Amino acid sequence: MSAGWLARRIALSLIMAWVVATIVFLALHMVPGDPAELLLSTGGAVPDATAVAELREKLGLERPLLTQYAAFLGGLLRGDLGTSLVDDYPVLHEIGLRLPRTLELILAGTLLAILIGVPAGVYAALHRGGAFDRFASGVTALLLAVPVFVVGTLLVLLFAQTLRLMPAGGYIALAQDPVQHLKLLTLPAIAIAKGLAAVLFRMTRSAMLDALANDYVRTAYAKGLAPRRVLIVHVLRNALNPVMTVLGLHMGTLLGGTVLVEYVFNWPGLSTPLLRAVEARDYPMVVGIVLTISILFLLINLVVELLQVLIDPRMKTA
Amino acid sequence: MRRLWLPAACVGIIILLALSAPLLGLPDPVRQDIARRLSGPMPGSWLGRDEFGRDVLSRLIWGARTSLGVAFAAALTAGLVGTVLGLIGGWARGFSAFLTVRSVEIIMCFPPIVLALLVVTLLGPGAATLILVLSVLYLPGFARVTYAEVLAARGRDYVEATRALGASPAHLLFFTVLPNIAGPILVQLSLAVAAAVVLESGLSFLGLGVVPPAPSWGLMIRGARATMEQAPLLLLWPCAALTLTILAMNLLCDALRDAVDPRTAGR
Repeated sequence: MSAGWLARRIALSLIMAWVVATIVFLALHMVPGDPAELLLSTGGAVPDATAVAELREKLGLERPLLTQYAAFLGGLLRGDLGTSLVDDYPVLHEIGLRLPRTLELILAGTLLAILIGVPAGVYAALHRGGAFDRFASGVTALLLAVPVFVVGTLLVLLFAQTLRLMPAGGYIALAQDPVQHLKLLTLPAIAIAKGLAAVLFRMTRSAMLDALANDYVRTAYAKGLAPRRVLIVHVLRNALNPVMTVLGLHMGTLLGGTVLVEYVFNWPGLSTPLLRAVEARDYPMVVGIVLTISILFLLINLVVELLQVLIDPRMKTA
Repeated sequence: MRRLWLPAACVGIIILLALSAPLLGLPDPVRQDIARRLSGPMPGSWLGRDEFGRDVLSRLIWGARTSLGVAFAAALTAGLVGTVLGLIGGWARGFSAFLTVRSVEIIMCFPPIVLALLVVTLLGPGAATLILVLSVLYLPGFARVTYAEVLAARGRDYVEATRALGASPAHLLFFTVLPNIAGPILVQLSLAVAAAVVLESGLSFLGLGVVPPAPSWGLMIRGARATMEQAPLLLLWPCAALTLTILAMNLLCDALRDAVDPRTAGR
């Protein structure tokens, strides 16, 4: 991996992060009408004039747009995302508290999806048309059709409500009670993993079939290499790249799904304050969390691309 | 082609049910009857009643109308605007392409539901907000597909020939190029409708999509969660309706894609 390519790729991510921040900043001003009035109006009622003036003051809406923009970007660079309109709590503190829990969920879900989807895809490709292949392909179609919050709700209904095997939801810190923590993590992680596992299964299977059809695979077998070695060094390594691409593409859906899953299982990650803030129209809080999740999305894609180049240097040109 | 019929028929039946909701003589989907709340199936309300005593079957069918109405309105808007942007970008190339195609791709930097929540904060929940936000979310897909197809098509002989006959660029784009690239755009449309149904139900489930008491599958699942212990079936009906609809739509998307691009068939 050359330093020049890496620098360019990171610069691109930074530019994208800046554009994302700019769009989020402009969103409030793109809506016709007075932003403060807009945030305070509920159900067509005209908001109180003093409240509007107060909010305008608080959000600094009197200043020229460019000054506001500069202050917003400056705040971002200093790690200052403002305070909640509801309780004056600093947005960054709330994110600092909640983000690790959301990350844990995302990580657990992604790992689970990889551990299930990729081996299942490899096996299905090696036994193409067999019983497992047909069964797994059917399950995949079903998994892709069930929305993530439906899976979550049904998991609660089955494992918590009916079988009483698992807690219905909640959170306990890992340090406090590791066993209960993992128990509480299991169902949400499964719900988050379901879509990605299905997508990874499909892509692994078809990428494996493509790779298996190559001449170099036949050559490798012909020169007497052990089947396991052919599979890992020649087939899997070449099949992995499209799989990684799909992984990166799916992360947006997965991050969005995490918001829903946290809600279903009362997991106190970023989605709790996000949903509360959307309902209360607490704009600074919404902006802070939306930015955090979007930048997380950019970061994940950057990491995925770096891994792809490590696996296959040809990807650099793409 | 054979694989196209079954999913197409399923999707057709669901759309037909949704369209004919007012003609089916169903009970009012928002009329409450507290005395008979959570009552089981009985003649007149075949799937029972929900936590407010509203008829579940009626709410399911009217809910399909809401979900599909929002999804189609959003997908068609996105398709219309995105296709025009893609056509212009693909034809003019250069800076125009940057303005029309590359600039809208920024939308793809956001996880969809997160961008939707930002817009809901600004505009408040409701069907109109949903249509707006979903059409913005699916616009880049159309712009991209159209752009790529126009780039590939503009060098073809039939385009060259029509141009040589003296057709204006607009005529060429809309009457020569567009019909020839309609297949991939149609596939994109089916994908957008299916994705919009999923996202609409998710937002309604969070209580930030369709505004109660209007029926929507997402809202029904949200409501039935509270009474899961007494009436689990109440939860299963909307889940099944939603899943079957999306499954049928996904299969239709796959079949359409195979019909448009036979290279992907048999995978």
